[in-house]
Amino acid sequence: MLRQAHGRRPHRADLGSVTLLGASRAARAVSYGVYMNRLGELERAIMEVLWEAPDPMTVRQVSTCLTDRDLAHTTVMTVLDRLAKKGFVRRQRAGRAWLYRPAESREAYVAELMLTALDQTGDRQAALTRFARSVSGAEAEALMAALEALEPRVGPGESSPRGSGSGGD
Amino acid sequence: MIAVVLLGTVAVGCVAAAHLLAAATWPRRSPAVAIALWQAIGLAWGIATVGALAGFGASGLAGRSGIGLSGVAARAARAARLLVGVAAAQARRWDLLATVRVLSLLAAVVLLAVLCWILLAAIASVVRARHRQRALLGLLAHDDPKVPGALVVDHPAAAAYCVPGLRSAIVISAGALDLLDQAELEAVLAHERAHLRARHDLVLLPFCALLRAFGWSAVALEANNQVALLVEMMADDRARRHLPARELATALLRVGTSGGLAPAGALAAVGGPGGTAASSRSSPARVGARAARVPVATSDGQLAARVTRLLRPPPGLPVAAVILLGAVAALLVVAPAVALLVPL
Repeated sequence: MLRQAHGRRPHRADLGSVTLLGASRAARAVSYGVYMNRLGELERAIMEVLWEAPDPMTVRQVSTCLTDRDLAHTTVMTVLDRLAKKGFVRRQRAGRAWLYRPAESREAYVAELMLTALDQTGDRQAALTRFARSVSGAEAEALMAALEALEPRVGPGESSPRGSGSGGD
Repeated sequence: MIAVVLLGTVAVGCVAAAHLLAAATWPRRSPAVAIALWQAIGLAWGIATVGALAGFGASGLAGRSGIGLSGVAARAARAARLLVGVAAAQARRWDLLATVRVLSLLAAVVLLAVLCWILLAAIASVVRARHRQRALLGLLAHDDPKVPGALVVDHPAAAAYCVPGLRSAIVISAGALDLLDQAELEAVLAHERAHLRARHDLVLLPFCALLRAFGWSAVALEANNQVALLVEMMADDRARRHLPARELATALLRVGTSGGLAPAGALAAVGGPGGTAASSRSSPARVGARAARVPVATSDGQLAARVTRLLRPPPGLPVAAVILLGAVAALLVVAPAVALLVPL
């Protein structure tokens, strides 16, 4: 991702242009302790499968996508049941089988997280503690001027120390 | 009657003190003392107002002129009888003073009930919100070596926050990972860890709860804003102990000026109202609809105040001032408590 110089203007991140960052999600190792017991990991894996599928899936189809895990059919069914009870998955009957699909897209849930994080829901409560509130308008311009005053000047040939994109090529 | 006057004075004095404290400039020199003072003002106001209303309502009934806690119960029983008596006497004779006294007693009971209720409701709502956060983070967040111990959510907008509680978490957005360099990221982590360790969420909770009942009051709003800012300053101080202040300041500036989510865009992404499970209390569509209704955030100078304080730290308060302010806070809380419990 190109990192512009420190004189860049703030822009509103338009959700319509969200691009999924980074490598394939399935390849990422998830190792943080308290969130990820075995059941949580399964829920996550199954949601990933459902999100990437274009159509609702049966339990059998979901199991097929998770072949590398060697899961019992009933385990997958139990986890899908849990997810349905939590409201993340919806199911409908199709003949004798149930078809499962995610209740909302992945982007929608990420947006919900981010809206709460950016303090834009109007909920004044002590549930989270945010790092910095977004400012705009004249205050933002004054603060950006302060930022530029703090930065050492970066010449045209030098690389910026930040950013995960072009600096590391 | 002395007790009632004392309580009434304290109640009014608390409101005046709140105005004074909100306008003062010394809090940024010692945020901890200022927070203690805000807490004392809030607690004293609650005790004094309920006590004054109850005391006035119960006064004039036969008996001692003081209150005392056991006396309140006896007087409440007598007041109930008085209520019945007033109703019976309405047809015959209008006793204004007695009616006012009964109303005052009722007001005291209602206020006490409201204060307890908002606290419980705030706790319940916080627990629910954190539960939702943890569920979503479990499904969506992942590790990143740049921010060990924190969770990363894939979104281009820059944000960082922590979810306090027994199973706490620090969350950084992918946009923030791109925006900040390694030193700044460490400053952000140190700041959030300071919030978690000091349980600042418990400090904020009563003030947020107060807004539920008194959201129309400018004083309550101001108290909330001030305490939130002071809590951030305390976390900044703690982070500054281990890391240079400069990185924290630049991180604040970058994240604050990076712009948030356009609510219209956010609403479009979550698909608008409707189509949500009726049983789920929170869902992307609900959150998006709420966000679309919120007016554009007005700037309140908090970010600038924090950055200035980091780059040019003000001198701490002299010890004498700290002792004096501590004494004021203690007096504010002790006086109404004494008036309530000790028959004067």
